[in-house]
Amino acid sequence: MKQKDLILYTGLIILGLAAPYLFPAFKVQLTILCVLIVLAMTWNLQGGEMGYNSFGNILFYGLGMYLCASVQVGMFFPLAEWTESGGEKTFEHTTTQFFQGMGFGLLVAAVIPTIIAGLIGYSILGLRGHYFAICTLGLGIAAGEIAGGIEIIGAGQGFTTPPFPKDIVDPEARGKFFYFLSFIMLIGTFIFVKWIYGSRFKLILNAIRDNEDKAEAMGIQTMKYKIVGWMVSAFFCGLAGGIMGGLIGYIDSTDVAFDGREMGVFMVLMAILGGKGTLWGPVIGATLFHFLKEGFWTFILGWQYVALGVLIVVIVIYFPEGLMGWLREKYPNRFGEVIDEKDRKAQVELK
Amino acid sequence: MDFLIFQAPILMVQASLDGILLGILFALIAYGMALQWGVMNIINIAQGDLVILGGYIAYTMYLAGIHPGWGVIVSPIIMFFVGWGLYKLVINKVVDRDLFISILATFGIAIVFQQLMNFIFGADVVVAQSEYGTTMLFDNSVTLPNSKIFSAFISLLYAVILVIYMKKSKLGRAIRATAQNARAAKILGVDTEKVYAATFGINAALCGVAGALIAITFTLHPYVGLPYTVRSFMIVIVAGLGNLPAVAISGMGLGMFEEFADYILGTEFRIGSVFMLLVFILVYRRFKLSRKREYLK
Repeated sequence: MKQKDLILYTGLIILGLAAPYLFPAFKVQLTILCVLIVLAMTWNLQGGEMGYNSFGNILFYGLGMYLCASVQVGMFFPLAEWTESGGEKTFEHTTTQFFQGMGFGLLVAAVIPTIIAGLIGYSILGLRGHYFAICTLGLGIAAGEIAGGIEIIGAGQGFTTPPFPKDIVDPEARGKFFYFLSFIMLIGTFIFVKWIYGSRFKLILNAIRDNEDKAEAMGIQTMKYKIVGWMVSAFFCGLAGGIMGGLIGYIDSTDVAFDGREMGVFMVLMAILGGKGTLWGPVIGATLFHFLKEGFWTFILGWQYVALGVLIVVIVIYFPEGLMGWLREKYPNRFGEVIDEKDRKAQVELK
Repeated sequence: MDFLIFQAPILMVQASLDGILLGILFALIAYGMALQWGVMNIINIAQGDLVILGGYIAYTMYLAGIHPGWGVIVSPIIMFFVGWGLYKLVINKVVDRDLFISILATFGIAIVFQQLMNFIFGADVVVAQSEYGTTMLFDNSVTLPNSKIFSAFISLLYAVILVIYMKKSKLGRAIRATAQNARAAKILGVDTEKVYAATFGINAALCGVAGALIAITFTLHPYVGLPYTVRSFMIVIVAGLGNLPAVAISGMGLGMFEEFADYILGTEFRIGSVFMLLVFILVYRRFKLSRKREYLK
């Protein structure tokens, strides 16, 4: 690692650790930001690097959310009675039970969606291009509709996740706990994605994106790598969903968990805004998007969805390459691209 | 199995008839989608929201004291210009691009439409009463609202008009030529830009008709557009582009599937079953094609 990078990463980690103390009023927003960055980065692995634009990663996110909460409740109390009482405090988690449940729940929330992605991957990833996009959109929405009809997880009434234990008196503790949880997840995701960016796996994903038939002809077992790529996305989406569920404290089938209209589109949009197929693009995109979104929600309440829709149209039409793509075109040297002047002139003449 | 529908076979007749009448309506929306997909190579996620907007036009007429049945004439005229405007504003920038771009851009349009409709017409479920009465069949055991028969009839009428128009008129020929080869059509003097705008306008007009019919037969709500988009997408991928009889038949099939799913699984799983059917159809076709080492294009 170069010295410049080292300074950058140390600075960012210190900033991340200090953030909840610097901006104590924005802890929830900072937590959501971490989750959004994770979602954007893992969507980018699949959508940007592999070229499989999925609207359906919300499926794993929602699944993780329900699984984490169900495990957290179901480990100690009967789940059906808990949801039936609709959040009335008939049962109460002790401090150890809460954290044990949360830890185990997050594990399940990450592992089960990964397995499901592996199981359905062979069928779904055989579709290409827009068929894949529409199919995954259908999967995400179907999951929401079906979850809204299942009694044991609260059906349309919703599912209240266990409240933070009362024994901890510090009023800041809940915010800090969820912030650091999501921050650790963010660091873990970043290290993992960075490792992938330096590996052969990323090159294979790029080959699949650029021309799947040729990649297959070169002897790459594309299906295997596509499934693994999707499983990686599913793992982190599930984890992020589990944390989000605990943070929000209430799970609704279509408005919180399988929220294809919001979170499902956000993760695509954040990656595109920052620049698909770059390491830092989704991070920058998610941060910028979060600021924009909160701005809309604060200053033009009521019109926020209109603004959001217009934002989607503008980003997609005018900045399909995103911020990083724009910078890359402007300052190619910074990105380590060497442009052959002769070649460039020849290209211009051809045009 | 102790489902009601198997105990009382007459319910099957009811469900089938309902499904067929509903399916004709779906086929009309799907035909609009096939048209724009074939000609402009875009997938319009906002299709269902155009339908709902068309429905609200009929509902506004109903509120103003005009019979909502007239909506099937007024709504397409207004919606044609909405579609034209939408094309000039946004769609013309996504026509030659990647299909994913058009999916995302129209998703954005859909969100804007939903929210604007929510502002203007409110978030309540509304219905425009047509007061056409009902027809009873088989000793009063099958009830068929006349409004559904009316809607199926109007849908067929518009479909026939459109087919004749596409065959005979100059614009229709230009649209078909552009669908076959846009570049060649341009060379031969077809103003493709105008053809695209007209195609999108016609699509929106079809949505307007369907919406007006939905306003009198079913209910309207600002956020129920997406299922209509998915239904029409599904019909198009089953029937192919520009094959009208196949579109009509698969529309009816989808309508019947929905009605049966409604009876067997329960109403709360109706929309979910539509989306699951989409996934199953796509996966089925994927496996069928992969035997020949091909894939859906």
